[in-house]
Amino acid sequence: MSKLSDLTIAGMRDGLAGKSFSATELAESSITAIEAARDLNAFVTEAPEKALEMARTSDARIAKGEAGPLEGIPLGIKDLYCTEGTLTTASSHILDGFVPGYESTVTANLWGDGAVMLGKLACDEFAMGSSNETSYYGNVINPWRNRGSNKPLVPGGSSGGSSAAVAARLCPGATATDTGGSIRQPAAFTGTVGIKPTYGRCSRWGIAAFASSLDQAGPITRTVRDAAIMLRSMAGHDPKDSTSVDIALPDFEAALTGDIRGMKIGIPKEYRMDGMKAEIETLWTQGIGWLKDAGAEIIDISLPHTKYALPAYYIVANAEASSNLARYDGVKYGLREQGVDITELYEKTRAAGFGAEVKRRILMGTYVLSAGYYDAYYLRAQKVRTLIKRDFEQVFETIDTILTPSTPTAAFAAGEKTDPIDMYLNDIFTVTVNMSGLPAISIPAGLSSEGTPLGLQLIGKAFDEETLFRVGGVLEEAAGFDAAPENWWA
Amino acid sequence: MYEEARETDPKKYIAGAAGDWELVVGLEVHAQISSKSKLFSGASAEYGGEPNDHVSIVDAAMPGMLPVINEFCVRQAVKTGLGLKAQINLRSVFDRKNYFYPDLPQGYQISQFKDPIVGPGTVLLDMKDGARVEIGIERLHMEQDAGKSIHDQHPSKTYVDLNRSGVALMEIVSLPDIRSSEEARAYVTKLRSILRYLGTCDGNMEEGSMRADVNVSVRRPGDPFGTRCEIKNVNSIRYVGQAIEYEARRQIDILEEGGSIDQETRLFDPKSGKTRAMRSKEEAHDYRYFPDPDLLPLEFTREWVDEIAAELPELPDEKRARLMSDYGLSAYDAGVLVADQASSAYFEKVATGRNAKLAVNWVMGDLSASANEKNVGLDQVGISPDQLGGLIDLIEDKTISGKIAKDVFEILLAEGGDPRTIVEDKGLKQVTDTGAIEAAVDEVIAANPDKVAEVREKPRMAGWFVGQVMKATGGKANPKAVNDILKAKLGL
Repeated sequence: MSKLSDLTIAGMRDGLAGKSFSATELAESSITAIEAARDLNAFVTEAPEKALEMARTSDARIAKGEAGPLEGIPLGIKDLYCTEGTLTTASSHILDGFVPGYESTVTANLWGDGAVMLGKLACDEFAMGSSNETSYYGNVINPWRNRGSNKPLVPGGSSGGSSAAVAARLCPGATATDTGGSIRQPAAFTGTVGIKPTYGRCSRWGIAAFASSLDQAGPITRTVRDAAIMLRSMAGHDPKDSTSVDIALPDFEAALTGDIRGMKIGIPKEYRMDGMKAEIETLWTQGIGWLKDAGAEIIDISLPHTKYALPAYYIVANAEASSNLARYDGVKYGLREQGVDITELYEKTRAAGFGAEVKRRILMGTYVLSAGYYDAYYLRAQKVRTLIKRDFEQVFETIDTILTPSTPTAAFAAGEKTDPIDMYLNDIFTVTVNMSGLPAISIPAGLSSEGTPLGLQLIGKAFDEETLFRVGGVLEEAAGFDAAPENWWA
Repeated sequence: MYEEARETDPKKYIAGAAGDWELVVGLEVHAQISSKSKLFSGASAEYGGEPNDHVSIVDAAMPGMLPVINEFCVRQAVKTGLGLKAQINLRSVFDRKNYFYPDLPQGYQISQFKDPIVGPGTVLLDMKDGARVEIGIERLHMEQDAGKSIHDQHPSKTYVDLNRSGVALMEIVSLPDIRSSEEARAYVTKLRSILRYLGTCDGNMEEGSMRADVNVSVRRPGDPFGTRCEIKNVNSIRYVGQAIEYEARRQIDILEEGGSIDQETRLFDPKSGKTRAMRSKEEAHDYRYFPDPDLLPLEFTREWVDEIAAELPELPDEKRARLMSDYGLSAYDAGVLVADQASSAYFEKVATGRNAKLAVNWVMGDLSASANEKNVGLDQVGISPDQLGGLIDLIEDKTISGKIAKDVFEILLAEGGDPRTIVEDKGLKQVTDTGAIEAAVDEVIAANPDKVAEVREKPRMAGWFVGQVMKATGGKANPKAVNDILKAKLGL
């Protein structure tokens, strides 16, 4: 048998239930894997002692027959989530030395269900990026490589530490966040499963905010079933987050029936972009075929405002970010660069504390909210947002879910994309979902010509993650994606 | 567009070197909502405490913290809107007002910009000359207070106290309907009185629970509005008046010298009584308002508002009308009494079941004079409503005269006690025994034959005889009886 850390969440759960191994053994196995994988730079903070302590507590609970749904499962936590007593950086210099005295609601839910924390995973600084190249703590390296090449590839972003760690089997699951594709794009780049649930499904309390109206927490795992298990524990209404929705939390795992006969799958013509790579097109066609074979009905649909989504997204997201990041000023916590007066303290702290991409977005966001530009940019972007939402509402009157590619390309090489706009185009298939608040999942579905993973995305109705898991399960099975990155790092 | 509600009133003009000027004032009053906890966090909103004692991780803007609206504060704002006879908006929106300051931990203040919770309303002022002035309310919105920067504790550092950070405020914005500093003072006084009746703000200006931004401009009568200056954070009613007086004169002087007014923000210095420039329009912040994505639009039902409306207490205007009709109070007296809840309650306790006219005279006369002298409220003069009522009872049942009553009042003020006991112990009872009065009258007539002759010529002289008789009886004789007997004996 391979290592314990190679198991899926469901596999670990079964093994723990059957007393094949202990939570402590699981944690030890993961800790060993993490220590061996430092070349990937997936973790900002490893927390082996904390992991072992939590694992021992889990073993005690298992012994008493009090195991929670995630008892003893070791997980990685994106460093955007505040964790009590453990350094939390959002991969930014400006949060130097920041150790929260509180626990985010989502991670508290996970620990409440028995999960074990392995450490904090790197991401793009404040979740701003699509390649994990904006982290203050250096690039995260994708465990996957192009066939016959040693050139490092990006793991996607912003949840690149999460996707890399899960793909490299350092942990069976990791928390992530998705503002414009930050769960689904890294999942697609690493052959993992990532779901962005409906806006309001998971509490945002205790997660450093990027763009409040778009941010959602979600898991990255290796299988659809694991994503269902993990999301169930992460989600739930939180009175501390006014935008969290008080709605019944279904047993997502139970939705994995394998039966999608008669379901209606929409194929949006606007996602067939000019100049789209043939392999992406082929993968999409293949996906359509798999669902049809499983008894689903394929329906061509139109989402006419798709083309406006990306610019509108970058206006809304950056506007909110410019305001959300104002609190990092050197006065209360984190980095402080002294100045002769308060203005200079602000300027020096923020100049030193934020990286180039974060600064770019703060500037853009400040600009679009400025007097005289608000109507032309922010207000118009909000109107576009309404239209995008309406597009989806209309098609969801007749269909159950939408199938699209997750990304326009497979993972690219670090340093390859230097033009910000070129980088932003990575989000072309994913941002519409954030703009409309809908849930979407990325499923590994095949390999590129270079031998790296490609994903397909399913978009669902609001609070209908169950359909995504059901159809996603079928897609996963049909794709039979069982490739794993060759272990070059250990 | 704002249409001027006020007719121009030449009596209010300010004389300039060359012709009259009209003053135009609008006020933005920041009133702290009476609430145990802050607007968006569970931290205590209590005044005082050690620095940074009342600060939650939400108030300190820790990463990932989110605001949750305090329903009680919303209720208080709605209640205030109803008290201002204003439109209540069933849907309002919280916006972020972005600027950097160390005592603003989030880097933005959560406020309501485009869609406030309360729309247009009115406040009625009763001026000393009997005029009723209606001041329009443009809007009321809720917002967070900032913390406090303390600059005098360290030679090079500024300390920050976040106790006030996140405390709930109502900003009540008037229309530019105010035309004199007196009206401005009356407006703030009336507003404070309404808020206190409602229990939505304690109105303690010295603790910062209420403060005003005062917008002042001047113009030639009949002209459109002039350029205004905003005087920030004026924290007493007296200073509001002083700041306006100074600022109006400053602007008139500039204009009369051919200058023009720069639109700017100014500060009032109570020590010098002057205003000075704080920042110009060019330096004004671009606050980059946008809807706070952490909060849903604030929505409630008409039924909920009706429920709050049903719980409203009697407000100053209604109470004033009732006091006038129930007790025959003059408009001005009633206005003075209702300005302070304790005063009107005091009055009602005295007046209930008694001669209202007497109650009014005593409360508005001697008691008010003492209160003014001591600079306290009517209820703090040191004479209880029961004591004053007892004194009035003694006048009514003719045990003592009004004149003796004044003496008893002084005794009550100095020594306290029960009025009836005082009258008995000191032998102040009125003499109504006509025999004794007749004897005294006879004595005075016999002793003053010359005066008797005079009074027959000039009947007005009778007063002199009354005085002599009262003196002879130690003031205890019933004045009416003295009069009657004198008239009979002198044949007037």
